[in-house]
Amino acid sequence: MGLDPSRGGQTVSINPQAQESWVTTKLDFLVNWGRANSLWPMPFGTACCAIEFMATAASKFDLARFGMERMSFSPRQADVLICAGRVPFKLAPVIRRIWQQMPQPKWSIAMGACASTGGMFDNYAVVQGIDTIIPVDVYVPGCPPRPEALMYGIMMLQNKIMKERMADKSLRHEMEPDPTSKLYIPPTLIDEVSEPFGNSVHQTRSGL
Amino acid sequence: MSASPFAPVLAGHASGADSPAPVTPRNVPYRDGAANPTAAALAAKFGSAVVRTDVVWGETTVIVDRARVNEIVRWLHDDPTQRYDYCSDVTAVEFRDLERPIEVVWHLRSLPYRRFLRLKALIPRGQPLEVPSVWDVYKGVDWMERECYDMFGIRFAGHPDLRRILMWEQYKEGFPLRKDFPLRGRFSRSEQLRQVLSQNPEAKYSMEELSIAEAFEDLPSEMRQRLGTGERVGE
Repeated sequence: MGLDPSRGGQTVSINPQAQESWVTTKLDFLVNWGRANSLWPMPFGTACCAIEFMATAASKFDLARFGMERMSFSPRQADVLICAGRVPFKLAPVIRRIWQQMPQPKWSIAMGACASTGGMFDNYAVVQGIDTIIPVDVYVPGCPPRPEALMYGIMMLQNKIMKERMADKSLRHEMEPDPTSKLYIPPTLIDEVSEPFGNSVHQTRSGL
Repeated sequence: MSASPFAPVLAGHASGADSPAPVTPRNVPYRDGAANPTAAALAAKFGSAVVRTDVVWGETTVIVDRARVNEIVRWLHDDPTQRYDYCSDVTAVEFRDLERPIEVVWHLRSLPYRRFLRLKALIPRGQPLEVPSVWDVYKGVDWMERECYDMFGIRFAGHPDLRRILMWEQYKEGFPLRKDFPLRGRFSRSEQLRQVLSQNPEAKYSMEELSIAEAFEDLPSEMRQRLGTGERVGE
């Protein structure tokens, strides 16, 4: 018998009648299964998305079903950074430091339109998506997203974790920001992705 | 009653026991309603320092000489016939019309007399953006004046710690609520990120704030030394 990585890779079945004291499985599966089902979130709630995040964690939607009931208010014991809300530029070094303080393995979820893209705040004070500061695994769209949407994002992250390989060293590689630009990705790319789009192209007036 | 500094102030008690109970104002005219009696008292007391009095929607605005703001606010606070004991806001207004002066606004409230007064000082274009601070009258305006300085660049002479409060201290793009400030800031997004990511997130507090919080002694010695020398990381 063994731990069964079939059925979508999320379930484990043991026959208790078999009375066997050993199981066989793949180490990758066992480790990923443990990681995916005990994600400790570091809540970084700055706006209305944090209200939905609290609703997700509360009894009706019950984040504890995903092994996430333990909010980790210290980044040192956290596995997944959930950024719920807009991040102003003044908080950019803070969220960057929190990310750097989290031990590997770590993942991050950008919850809501503002954390993912800056949302409607295309102005001087708001970071245009936290992926310009830290790496992001899952983007949850919505303004704010409903708890179901956040849980769907978490399940997507669990699926992603289940597909990881321990032999792949690049997954757990701690990136260092570029010393001159202080960024993980090229500055030209950031300028390109944070170009105004949609309604915000009409907001450029300064009057003078 | 004892001379405790924390004696409660009952709203409206100075108006006299036979004064009518407050009611929600109805049918308030847009202009030329009944002015706050303080406006006349100010005109009598300070004469030419009072430029104009406007009554809009029942609220009285007194425009005063900006050089004498501190003196006027001090009198409004101390005089037993006025007793403006609460300054609820300090802000500024800039108009898109370049001819119009920048206005600095103080919202004062007298709890004992149930009065509200809006003071304005005009700074004509081309003049230095400086008005007297009223921090020595109301300690609570400390952060409001800092915010006004941060957003508009108006300097409050006499403020003890006039630093930026919303933006970080080394913010170099200017004053965001001014009309000549572009909505997205002056620099590119990557340059804005580069500047802000060079900030030290711990170096946000002045020595005074740290000593008030009594947290200074608990900091690691290395951080204490860094903050004690006034070092600021970043540009």
